[in-house]
Amino acid sequence: MEMRDTSVSLSGVRLDNPVIPASGCFGFGYVMSEYYDLDILGSISIKGTTLSPRAGNPLPRVAECPDGLINSVGLQNPGVHKVVSEELPKLRKVFHKPVVANISGFSVDEYVEACRVIDGAEEVGIIELNVSCPNVHGGGMSFGTQPESVAEVVKAVKEVVTKPLYVKLTPNVTDIVKIACAAEDAGADGLCLINTLLGMRIDTKTRRPVVANKVGGFSGPAIFPVAVRMIWQVASAVNIPVIGCGGVSTADNVIEMMMAGATAVEVGSANLVNPYACKDIIEALPSRMEKLGIASLSDIIGAALPR
Amino acid sequence: MKMKADRHKHRFFRVVSNRKVAAKTWELALEGDTSDFTAPGQFVNIAVAGKYLRRPISVCDISGSRLTLLYDVVGEGTEVMSEMKPGDTADVLTGLGNGFNLAVKTEKPLLVGGGIGCAPLLMLARSLCREGKRPVVVLGFNTAADVVLKKEFEDMGLDVYVSTADGSEGTRGFVTDAIAEKNPDFDYFYTCGPLPMLRALCERLAQPGELSLESRMACGFGICMCCVLETRSGLKGICKAGPVFPKDELIWK
Repeated sequence: MEMRDTSVSLSGVRLDNPVIPASGCFGFGYVMSEYYDLDILGSISIKGTTLSPRAGNPLPRVAECPDGLINSVGLQNPGVHKVVSEELPKLRKVFHKPVVANISGFSVDEYVEACRVIDGAEEVGIIELNVSCPNVHGGGMSFGTQPESVAEVVKAVKEVVTKPLYVKLTPNVTDIVKIACAAEDAGADGLCLINTLLGMRIDTKTRRPVVANKVGGFSGPAIFPVAVRMIWQVASAVNIPVIGCGGVSTADNVIEMMMAGATAVEVGSANLVNPYACKDIIEALPSRMEKLGIASLSDIIGAALPR
Repeated sequence: MKMKADRHKHRFFRVVSNRKVAAKTWELALEGDTSDFTAPGQFVNIAVAGKYLRRPISVCDISGSRLTLLYDVVGEGTEVMSEMKPGDTADVLTGLGNGFNLAVKTEKPLLVGGGIGCAPLLMLARSLCREGKRPVVVLGFNTAADVVLKKEFEDMGLDVYVSTADGSEGTRGFVTDAIAEKNPDFDYFYTCGPLPMLRALCERLAQPGELSLESRMACGFGICMCCVLETRSGLKGICKAGPVFPKDELIWK
């Protein structure tokens, strides 16, 4: 079999392949080195990090769904300073490529300060701004649901960071294209979509929601078609790279998402049921490429977009 | 079905038998590579047909390539598990969790199991017996029809005391009532069972000990943070840092 080129580039950060474990589904990465050599990965998106440490939500935090799961972990993390001083150095011992740093906040100031700190970590190649958490200044509405608040936080963060800034968008909006364009206009270097869909399960024996937080983020193969649709819509409308995310479980899913307009692809829930999910996908890519007549993966980015 | 290849901690077992052993409890015997297990009290995360998430089940016993799991049929997932047939392939994440600490200094261990929490104590008892110790075993259930593993522990020559909530077998009440009645001599306890039982033991037993916790889990290997517990040394994943925690690490609120 001739060599297939799986490399892609995100704002000048070259990835050997487009496969990135998604934030929240790989911890801070190093635990996974028990399973395989992490250097085969394109990159790793680390567990969502905030300025201050967060204990997260009460248990239970997980509910089974058809072809997926609901989680309500609630951004449990040790805070950006500990992430930089402890977690990233631990990851560096087993992973030697630039990482994607997923950052959340509850006010513009928090986002700015957390991004400023993470920007200084040499391990970080890309900052992924998660705008799906509640905006305490905006009355609890998620930052990511209004174009104005997305633009405000992106502009403020761009002023303090030197690394490419990608904005991770929530699908829980009426028109994701509007939000995407607002992020692009505010100076985002790229986008990542989609985050989880808001969902709920009820225990029919207890007549109560399964997760303690009542609602949670729905992810898994069930949301893949929603993700493909939104990536296709957004990629049609913007001129910055898109990292696709949502229900990816196979090499064919990766290729499909790239055809929808994704330059790289994050794999989330699949890691939770198969610790080798990303390895399996990366190993399967060349043969799927050969079968589909793809010499270079970067050639198919947006292949399904309207010409 | 073609058997997929085993890999570190992700293994394919053959179902040897799957049978009902008590009112709601089933025993699943599997054959395969058990080399990832290092201690009693570890667990597997087993794939269930038609369900997205795996089901975490503690290891009851390992003998060579034979892996025995005991599980209660309590929901849709375990219902599907109970339909697994001899010859079927079981897709299993193996060697999960820390397991019980056998290096701890104890001459007279007490093992306390509540319901399906009795399961991991069987392999623990075997390990302790191999070291020349004779643990006393206390098993608690709701009713006589739920009793499991009593004979297996007795066959090892151990003293076994049973409690049932309705008094249909052994001491009427909880394991704490059986311990109060039989007053066994022990210097350390190992336990697994429902949270109220674990709490009652921690509050009433002066001796040091360790507890195996249950939790809803997603991954089972420490990356999703869905089964996190606040301990005296910070937030810990039950699946990865546990499921066994020393008594003095736990915070009861």
